[in-house]
Amino acid sequence: MDERRPDPEALLKQVMQEEERQRQGKLKIFFGAAPGVGKTYAMLEAAQKRRQEGVDIVAGLVETHGRNETDALLEGLETLPRRPYSYKGKTLHEFDLDAALARNPSILLVDELAHTNIPGARHRKRWQDVRELLCAGISVYTTVNVQHLESLNDVVHQITGIAVRETLPDSVLDRADEIELVDLSPDDLLQRLKEGKVYIPDRARKAMENFFRKGNLIALRELALRRTAERVDEQMELYRRDQGVQAIWPATERILVCVGPNPRSIRLIRAARRMAAGLRAEWIAVNVEAPTHVRPSEEDKRLLSEHMRLAESLGAETVTLTGHRVSEEILSYARLRNVGKIIVGKPTHPRWKDKLLGSPLDEIVRGSGDIDIYVITGDAPEGVPRRLEKKTFPPWKPAAWLWAFSTVAAATGIAAVMFPYFALLDLVMVYLLGIVVAAIRTSRWPTLAATLLSIAAFDFFFVPPYYTFAVADVRYAVTFGVMLVVALVISGLTLRVREQAEAARGRERRTAALFNLSRDLARERKKDRLSEIAVKHISEVFLSQVVILVPDEQGHLAVPSTGVGTFALDEKESGVAQWVMENRQAAGCGTDTLPGAKALYLPMIASSGPVGVVGILPGNPGMPFEPEQVHLLETFANQTAMAMERVILAQEAQKERVSAETQSLRNVLLSSVSHDLRTPLAAITGSADTLLHGGDGLDAETRNGLIRSIHEEAERLNRIVRNVLNMTRLESGAIQIRKEWQALEEIVGVVIDRLSGRLDGHTLDVRMPEGLPQVPFDPLLMEQVLTNLFENALRYTPPGTPVELTARMQGAGVLVEMADRGPGIPEGQQERIFDKFARGKVPGGGVGLGLSICRVIVEAHGGRIWAENRPGGGAVFRFTLPVEGEPPRL
Amino acid sequence: MSGDKPVDKGLVLLVEDEVQMRRFLKVALESDGYRFVETGTAGEGLSQTATRNPDVVLLDLGLPDMDGLEFIGRVREWSQVPIIVISAREQESDKVRALDSGADDYLTKPFGVSELLARVRVAIRHAEVRASGREETVFAAGDLRIDFTKRQVFLGAGEVHLTPLEYKLLLVLVRNAGKVVTHRQLLKEVWGPSYVEHTQYLRVYMTQLRHKLESDPARPRYLLNEPGVGYRFKDEPGT
Repeated sequence: MDERRPDPEALLKQVMQEEERQRQGKLKIFFGAAPGVGKTYAMLEAAQKRRQEGVDIVAGLVETHGRNETDALLEGLETLPRRPYSYKGKTLHEFDLDAALARNPSILLVDELAHTNIPGARHRKRWQDVRELLCAGISVYTTVNVQHLESLNDVVHQITGIAVRETLPDSVLDRADEIELVDLSPDDLLQRLKEGKVYIPDRARKAMENFFRKGNLIALRELALRRTAERVDEQMELYRRDQGVQAIWPATERILVCVGPNPRSIRLIRAARRMAAGLRAEWIAVNVEAPTHVRPSEEDKRLLSEHMRLAESLGAETVTLTGHRVSEEILSYARLRNVGKIIVGKPTHPRWKDKLLGSPLDEIVRGSGDIDIYVITGDAPEGVPRRLEKKTFPPWKPAAWLWAFSTVAAATGIAAVMFPYFALLDLVMVYLLGIVVAAIRTSRWPTLAATLLSIAAFDFFFVPPYYTFAVADVRYAVTFGVMLVVALVISGLTLRVREQAEAARGRERRTAALFNLSRDLARERKKDRLSEIAVKHISEVFLSQVVILVPDEQGHLAVPSTGVGTFALDEKESGVAQWVMENRQAAGCGTDTLPGAKALYLPMIASSGPVGVVGILPGNPGMPFEPEQVHLLETFANQTAMAMERVILAQEAQKERVSAETQSLRNVLLSSVSHDLRTPLAAITGSADTLLHGGDGLDAETRNGLIRSIHEEAERLNRIVRNVLNMTRLESGAIQIRKEWQALEEIVGVVIDRLSGRLDGHTLDVRMPEGLPQVPFDPLLMEQVLTNLFENALRYTPPGTPVELTARMQGAGVLVEMADRGPGIPEGQQERIFDKFARGKVPGGGVGLGLSICRVIVEAHGGRIWAENRPGGGAVFRFTLPVEGEPPRL
Repeated sequence: MSGDKPVDKGLVLLVEDEVQMRRFLKVALESDGYRFVETGTAGEGLSQTATRNPDVVLLDLGLPDMDGLEFIGRVREWSQVPIIVISAREQESDKVRALDSGADDYLTKPFGVSELLARVRVAIRHAEVRASGREETVFAAGDLRIDFTKRQVFLGAGEVHLTPLEYKLLLVLVRNAGKVVTHRQLLKEVWGPSYVEHTQYLRVYMTQLRHKLESDPARPRYLLNEPGVGYRFKDEPGT
């Protein structure tokens, strides 16, 4: 057994999906081959059993169609009331999604998953309702018939001759957590039909009789069985992948299917899906826009759009290519994407066309190299009216025709001038030149007209017999023929080149637009600006009005800015946008969800989830965007989403940084304070303890010494606590400065007095001139400043040295100086000493807050504080206090 | 003041809930010759004040059962007993309010014993003077001498000329020598009740007074500034 390593990417994806699934509700489908096999019955049986187990199970919508046995099983089950909708004058009662969400049961029964909802309901199809229920965490039991599956729809039609309109994308079945096949043998089913136990709406009676032929039933049953078996297979694959057990790991196959507006494409798409499912391969639906073909009609565009959407809903990647030769484009793209199999439809046009214009099928087959080509019958399904490929003529542009004629006239004129001197063939060249000019300036039909006209003019004016359309020499006919061919070729080439250039320009414009958007978004740092930029770009590219909604703190969507290019939202539209935000899916005009909305809303999804919603109002109301445009829009939306996410993350990172810094600062403070408080405390405790234990054994001197020590350390503790408290208060803004006009000497005295006990041999010299004016300051805070400076001087200078305090007028303020004769400040540290927790190398120092407190207070007074070294040794601390205004007159 | 130091200096009532504080205050006051009574709640303090008639009450402002101001207010309804409030630092406004509503002086935690004893001494002295009703005609402290009847102030040998307002200001301070007088009280007494917010005047005049009376205005001997609270005339060491 060859154990292959499971692909880590795929595993991760799977794990994430699993996690998603855990949060979502579980979907159990009761699957049957035909109506009447008993799916609803089986569902109700299971429901009753769960109810008896005590599970909160509610019947959301169960169609019993009056069958008694089924009705009986509803007994005891809580049923949700239906919601009335008025439709075409009648009141119909349908499933109430909002009531179900509000009720929030563990399991909800919702019959007939493939049902199409009445217009006015939130979603177009019931399976979308069920999806929303699952996303909300509600598990669902439902029923599905095999003919409702999208990929089997045409097969069923082939078998039974009935085309079922209400289809279900296969992805829904794939998503189901459990599928229970309700099987009934065809004989039994026919028996039930006879007994009238099968519900058939009256209008379908005739058709249903056709349906219930034994052959059909057998085939349908087989289909259902096979489909269920396929699913079992898939689950086994998943299991094996999980376990890493893989004997044969299929190479990643890719299938490419060519899609066009022709209804036959539908069949091709479904076939491609089946093949892809069977091979476990990815598949791509490709449409080639050949600019030289006749311009597609509105109808064709719509059909193509539908087909592409169908392909997408079935799980394909959709791509539109442009190019002249369909076969070339397809083959080169196939090679680029490593496609292994190409599916094309059998040709239906007459053979002569192939002979004349070349058969694209043939070219593909021949050029395919090692790619397999599957040619599939593309018969249009019956019941669907066959649409003729209409060739529309481009709008009448008189200017172009005028141009064409004038070039012919000009050519004729020039030729006339040249006629006497040049040979006839030279004149032909002149006409050809005219045709080329016409081809450059006008389009296909005027050019063709110009060609014919040129030949006619040439014949009329320059070919004998002159001024007649007759031809003297038959050889001239050959000349005409060659002329015609050459003209057609040249004009064809020219036109093609023009059109390709046009297409390339279009692509380039889109790419450039996207690039511009990215570039502008990358530069911005503010979320509001991002929205503005995105709105501007998107509205320019799509020529529509755009709005971007971003959730505020409460999670409600709000428009961050209004301005050019945006439109206002009424309540209904806001509701749609909110839904999009919550469900992370597109909604609005052109989608299956809330299609009645005026605009299309797309979620902007970044890696962390939805960041907002972009709403775009189509230029033509009622005409939704083509899938290609929607793709492009999604790209724009996601770019914007990423930019927004980037900004949000940057803001969060900033907050984190600030918080981390605050945290670290707090930690420093805590550890510092803790140490500095503990030290004096240790001395106090120690001394007191010694006194207690020593008792009378200690002599008086020792005892006094210890007591003094306690006293000193207690004072030191007091100072530290005071500083820490002050710093905390100052920083938290709890202190308000109350300036009063007063003389500086008022507080100088106080400070000196307080510190007189600690002079420790220092001498204090105070010099303040007589006429020093009053200065506005807060007395208590300034007392703190002087105290701290003083203490600083006392601590860091040797005992016996003088400390000088002076004050004098300077400019518009007062300058105060505290100078000492100590060791001074180490070079380069003059600023650092004012930092918090900066300490000198002296034991018994404080926590290092003293000077930083001084700075905060002085600066809060509007002054400045700094330190310098003195000539002659020592440090001097200076601070200024501004004096603004005059003290109040007495 | 002459005479023997009395053995019994008076009764001190302490209203304080912190046990450690009570212990050291008891030791400090009793060893200095005071009688000492302590209570832990304001309610009990009120009743003790009424029954024991102390000479001075020490009141902690941070009592759990009653606001200090309320206690002072109640006592002042029927007694003029000196009240000294004890409060933590940086609560100047509390002290000022207490003083303005009837307290006589304050102590800031942590305080030293000498400060405590000085305050108590001053408080009791003033109470005695008030009670005795005698009017002093002369005041002397250090170099300073004031003759109230002649309205003359002498610093050492020389006379100091004061303006009427300066004189009045000095008078108020000296009348409360040793005790703190709040800005408000000073303004009210010197300028009048409508001037109680005009701290500006006070500062200017105090500065002038200081310059006239002090040899070093930056290091005043007599006219002490109590920032945030008021001024105090220092007439003995320790205050």
